[in-house]
Amino acid sequence: MKQELLKFFLFTALIGIAPVFIGKGYLINVFVFVGIYTILAVALNLLLGLAGQISLGQAAFFGLGAYISGVLTATHAVNPWLSMVIAVVTVGIIAFILGFPILKLKGHYLAMATLGMGIIVYIIFNETVDITGGPSGLSGIPHLSLGGIIFNSDLKNYYLVWFFAVTIILLSVNLAASRIGRALRAIHDSEVAARIMGVNARLLKVQIFSISGVISALAGSLYAHTVTFISPTSFGFNVSIELLTMVIIGGLGSIYGSFLGAAILTLLPEFFRTFQDYDIIVYGLTLIVITMFMPGGLVRGVPLLFRSLFKKEPMPQSNEKRG
Amino acid sequence: MDLSEDILQYILSGLSTGAIYAVIGLGFAIIYNSTSIINFAQGEFVMLGGMLTLFFHVTLFLSLPFSIFLAVLVATAVGALFERLAISPLKNADPLILVIITIGGSILIRGIAMLLWGKDTYVLPMFSGDEPIVLWGATLMPQNFWIFGITLIIIVANRLFFHHSIIGKAMRACSFNRVASSLVGINVKHTVLFSFAISSALGAAAGIIIAPLTMTSYDVGIMLGLKGFCAAIIGGMSGGIGTVAGGLIVGVLESLGAGLISSGYKDAIAFIILLLILFLRPQGLFVKGDTERV
Amino acid sequence: MLRIESITKIFGGLKALDEVSFTISAGEITGIIGPNGAGKTTLFNIVTGIYSPTSGKVFYEGKDITGFPPEKLAGLSMVRTFQGIELFGRMTVLENVMVGLHTKSRSGIIASAFKLPGHVREERRIRERASSWLEFAGLADLANTEAANLPFGKGRLLEIARAMAIEPHIILMDEPAAGLNSRETSDLADLIKKIKESGITVALVEHDMDLVMEICDRIVVLNLGHKLAEGSPREIQEDEKVITAYLGED
Repeated sequence: MKQELLKFFLFTALIGIAPVFIGKGYLINVFVFVGIYTILAVALNLLLGLAGQISLGQAAFFGLGAYISGVLTATHAVNPWLSMVIAVVTVGIIAFILGFPILKLKGHYLAMATLGMGIIVYIIFNETVDITGGPSGLSGIPHLSLGGIIFNSDLKNYYLVWFFAVTIILLSVNLAASRIGRALRAIHDSEVAARIMGVNARLLKVQIFSISGVISALAGSLYAHTVTFISPTSFGFNVSIELLTMVIIGGLGSIYGSFLGAAILTLLPEFFRTFQDYDIIVYGLTLIVITMFMPGGLVRGVPLLFRSLFKKEPMPQSNEKRG
Repeated sequence: MDLSEDILQYILSGLSTGAIYAVIGLGFAIIYNSTSIINFAQGEFVMLGGMLTLFFHVTLFLSLPFSIFLAVLVATAVGALFERLAISPLKNADPLILVIITIGGSILIRGIAMLLWGKDTYVLPMFSGDEPIVLWGATLMPQNFWIFGITLIIIVANRLFFHHSIIGKAMRACSFNRVASSLVGINVKHTVLFSFAISSALGAAAGIIIAPLTMTSYDVGIMLGLKGFCAAIIGGMSGGIGTVAGGLIVGVLESLGAGLISSGYKDAIAFIILLLILFLRPQGLFVKGDTERV
Repeated sequence: MLRIESITKIFGGLKALDEVSFTISAGEITGIIGPNGAGKTTLFNIVTGIYSPTSGKVFYEGKDITGFPPEKLAGLSMVRTFQGIELFGRMTVLENVMVGLHTKSRSGIIASAFKLPGHVREERRIRERASSWLEFAGLADLANTEAANLPFGKGRLLEIARAMAIEPHIILMDEPAAGLNSRETSDLADLIKKIKESGITVALVEHDMDLVMEICDRIVVLNLGHKLAEGSPREIQEDEKVITAYLGED
């Protein structure tokens, strides 16, 4: 417990002073995106890592959050903070309602259904041109402001986004270690045994799906107000896959791992310009290699790897069982 | 043209793309029945079929029939390789892991295709000219007839293979009971490999016959794959005539929707059907509900 | 305590259970035996809400519970263990038992995420109670082991400890001795007796006849979906029909 708290304070302190080293240049802007993707990856990890329920449609909630916030402020001049609340609540309700039929499905079928949901929403973004601006996007979304401070620079946005990201991380770590977290992990390992123990698996899965949607919508709203321009391509199928890859890299169930995954996949393209041309190859390879050889992701896998290198212990094989 | 001619036109072209979905759906069902895996990479073999044919025919100047033959061969080999490298080592894995692996495989194959052929869209020449044929007021390309013909052959061959050949029967036996099958001497490992090879070949074939009509590029696999899956799930993953019907239903509804409602929502139609089936009748349209497990 | 009333279950045209009726009395250990395919596990699955019966009713503490889902039955203090042990493999032994206390605690998502004071106190209480159940099952020294790494026999004990944590009025055990060696089996017998002594009703499906005859107060014999016989261990041992069913008629 104490250790968890220490870890969190160290992490927060690191995030807080990071801009000193990053400087005010282009890189700080990249770290704003690391923050947004961290929130998104943590949201997916709550669903996938804890409860073991896959979603290939996370980008839909991200996009809905961005578009609800964007359209309300840019077109209807609603206060940005209010629009953020409306976006988050609306997506939460949508996810909760959709969750009942969707989470009745398991494994492959669940993956297909969430994928289908993601694509339908993406098509709607493109086709409702009157509302969303269609493929050419929606511009003129205002920045957020708080007591005279307008979040219109990269540095200010950095602190804004990371304030939310760090909060989400803290809440998620707490949740994962709690009664609810245990119930979710129990569902992951054996749904039938969890139910015998009195866990209302059906409802809990829907709730965590909805929470995951809420957090993704929050990230979407932040994205809209920091970038001030949104278009459907930021919320397509590839984004859902990218998020999945981030979670797998960091490790299923590891909240800080999701930060690591988000950071790696967001920074890589900046350091390797050519990466953009090969990104999907990297995602594909990463998904396969990590899943096959390092099923706990980097956070659990790297220490194990070191131990096996130096102490000559054998690498443990994946002991996942068919469930 | 009046409305009824329009509708006939939509139905005929819908049947043609629907036939493609049916063939892709058969591929899904074959792998599902031997492994309980939904192979997310299925659509990529459809893409490979079209792109490889194009490569052999247009880049290497090989004759079209020979190019087609080579394309199917290479796609089949890729499918078998994928099974050996990524699926077979994880025999008893959590379904979640298998979903992730096949998605990984899917985008890896797509990425390599992008690396090889870029992001451009290509057209494969029609098999036998582009002189339209008018049928009761609706226009069809000769290619449509190729699609109907080849699909029919594939369906019949598929049926014959699984019901009358030894390997096919062994594969069906495995889908009913793995343990018992291995006890009577069926090599379960081989049947899984076979199922990946066969469904890759089917996917490639589907991709080849449709490419002259719809054009092809490195990323056509996602949509075609998903619609094929939609066909398979309507058919209750049986791999039989239900899958074929499923493909035709999706194709026709999509074509009618695009023509009569809005072409922008064309792709959404297939996915709405998919979600409705998954929510309401996950056992398929043509299967009687079995005893439910809570 | 538990009354099973003409339960029939049909799987794809096959009758797994045919009009089975019997009663399990409070405070007793009732054994359900029968050759493979007799329908024993199916019966457990129906009682515990995993399947719903084709026809018939299940009454528990005077209440019709037919078709209740498992999580609702847990709230009514009914619990079971599984033939092939169903542990939460990636959680520690202690955490497994803490899940067993799910119905004994109520912190929701908000309280958990924000670590509200009530939640923190409840967590401490759950942890203490879970530890004492590990003590009960003799697993205290393995509290922080990942459940997937437990040897089979210990896994069996953990499953029972976890089930006990919900403070059941009745516990249904599906072949608790399967896969255990003779020493583990005799430990298990002691544990089951201890459970009975604490006033909990036990129903068990079991193949190990020595164990069944030693600990059960009553025995119900199923064969091919029918109830073949019912009685005390001695009556069952002398029952002609039972002997024939077990030895076969060739």
